[in-house]
Amino acid sequence: MAAQAGVKPGAEQVSNGAGPETVISVSGLVKRYGEVEAVRGIDFTVARGETFGFLGPNGAGKSTTIKILCTLANATSGTALVAGHNSATERDAVRRNIGLVFQDTTLDSYLTAEQNLRFHAELYGVPKAAVMPRMRQVMDMVGLWDRKDSLVSTYSGGMQRRLEIARGLLHAPHVLFLDEPTVGLDPQTRSSIWTYINDLKSREDITIFLTTHYMDEAEHCDRIAIIDHGKIVAIDTPEALKASVGKDRVQIQTADDKAAIAELAAKFGIEAAMHEGAVTFSVASGEQFVPRLFSESTIPIRSVSVSRPSLDDVFMSYTGTTIRDAEGGAGNEFMRNMHRLRSGGRR
Amino acid sequence: MATQTTDPVGVSSSGAVVDRIRVSVPDRGLRHDVRAVSIVWRRELIRFRTDRLRAITSLVQPFLFLFILGTGLSNLAGGSLPQSGTFDFKTFIYPGVLAMSVLFTAIFSAGSIVWDREFGFLREILVAPVSRGAIVVGKCLGGATIATFQGVIFLCLAWFAHVPYNPVLIISLIGMLLLLSFTLTAFGVMMAARIRQFQAFMALTQMLVMPLFFLSGALYPLTGLPAWLTVLTRLDPLTYVVGPMRHLVFSHLNVSAQISGILNTHLAPDITWAGWVVPLWLSLGIVALMGLVMMSVAIAEFSKTE
Repeated sequence: MAAQAGVKPGAEQVSNGAGPETVISVSGLVKRYGEVEAVRGIDFTVARGETFGFLGPNGAGKSTTIKILCTLANATSGTALVAGHNSATERDAVRRNIGLVFQDTTLDSYLTAEQNLRFHAELYGVPKAAVMPRMRQVMDMVGLWDRKDSLVSTYSGGMQRRLEIARGLLHAPHVLFLDEPTVGLDPQTRSSIWTYINDLKSREDITIFLTTHYMDEAEHCDRIAIIDHGKIVAIDTPEALKASVGKDRVQIQTADDKAAIAELAAKFGIEAAMHEGAVTFSVASGEQFVPRLFSESTIPIRSVSVSRPSLDDVFMSYTGTTIRDAEGGAGNEFMRNMHRLRSGGRR
Repeated sequence: MATQTTDPVGVSSSGAVVDRIRVSVPDRGLRHDVRAVSIVWRRELIRFRTDRLRAITSLVQPFLFLFILGTGLSNLAGGSLPQSGTFDFKTFIYPGVLAMSVLFTAIFSAGSIVWDREFGFLREILVAPVSRGAIVVGKCLGGATIATFQGVIFLCLAWFAHVPYNPVLIISLIGMLLLLSFTLTAFGVMMAARIRQFQAFMALTQMLVMPLFFLSGALYPLTGLPAWLTVLTRLDPLTYVVGPMRHLVFSHLNVSAQISGILNTHLAPDITWAGWVVPLWLSLGIVALMGLVMMSVAIAEFSKTE
């Protein structure tokens, strides 16, 4: 749980020694599109080496924030510092220090993988002597070096995403932005992308800022900010957030459920109810309670299950809705799928 | 130290993991901009080389104009043309059709910007730490290069229009085609900066391309026209290239002095503004200036941020 310290004590001294080095610092950020307030005053900082996740439903303001941080949009008010530079006034300095992987592919599918990377290297002014070795290094990292001469149009969706991650790293940025890095990929490919992302953290001195609306992916982050309706409603480590929601959920199946509910109330002062065909209740610590239950209960228990609060529960408790409900019905997903279909047609 | 979840368990570390290669991206400078211009230009060429179908299809239209329309209208125009075995209607329209051969390719090459925007690649370009100017210049030069290349292919067909393969003529024509291609690409890029959909871009440019061609005097001499049409022809940038190209071609034809005189007075008259003869340098200067202005507008458009 001390994970969010992120920066190792040693690294601090190597840098300026002024506490954990802050790589991203956002304060009072507001973005208005006409009447619509997409981002409504957010503040946060990200420390060097951290993996920081923005978690929220579509339309919560995640992409808008990332656009501002990446110099692609101007904030209506507030400031964003990335790698020590102001994203509104020192665009080029910010751009040199960041790598980007967008949710929709930004590769030229008519070029080969190597041509795509070379294009990037030239645009970013990577020193000529470093281009080849670095290109090989990042492509090796995502396991695509032997496919470097293939046209990107022959790549699968997962390979394209890996290539984009490699390209984002080519100019050795300090911060890698991943906007929904696994959206539209099948579960297996998603998990392989995460293997590459985690792997790269062990090899590169890099801070990762990502957005996602998948709860399970938020677990990979050192810290997450839950964003809803343009505001950050909670920000902490996944563990701390789950702990803040509190209780474990226990479900038991017994010979006599009604009697069990009565007994739980009488003996332990616990309010239980029937859910999904089982007696369900919440306790602070499931592991400690279950042995007690077994020794003191008079009603035979057939099965027991204890579950920790998930990030779904966290999201629910902070926003009062599940992330799927918050997506606002089918609209967004439908549009997204349509877009995928269109761009997917070229594979 | 984030709970060590980063241990690459089950990750195939690809052989000997070398140290992270030190890459430091330099501050922006002229050399960096030149590299950016060059890679954007090179990408256009690579895309063109791998897209043979485009190269062929965009030559179909000028081909049709020269051989089908040119041959067909020869009969009709015969009476008003000097009688000679080395001159016919095809010779007359050849310079105009040559301009046409670069027209489509130049303007449509800018369409790739709209395409890139739709398919995301433009974003990759726009977040790079490089001036938008370098990108637009690279794009304009790239479009100009491939369009001129199309024109050169069409130049090979000069013999069919009784136009001699004179080195000076050919080189001068290539120079003019390059200038024209640049301006047309800049025009296309300027439009592409505003348009979000590829279909819309195609529809709009299709709509503009034909008037540009018809008003340039590619198919008829710019003499004795009604006033309204005269004004329109003078507003068309193509006019200022087609006129000089026709002059150039006619001055290299293998015809008698008498016929040559008729050609220059009736069929390739000087471009005039209310009676004032526009000199060659000004003609070409206008085209270059238009190109530069449109390119600047495009740069300004691309420099805007949401």
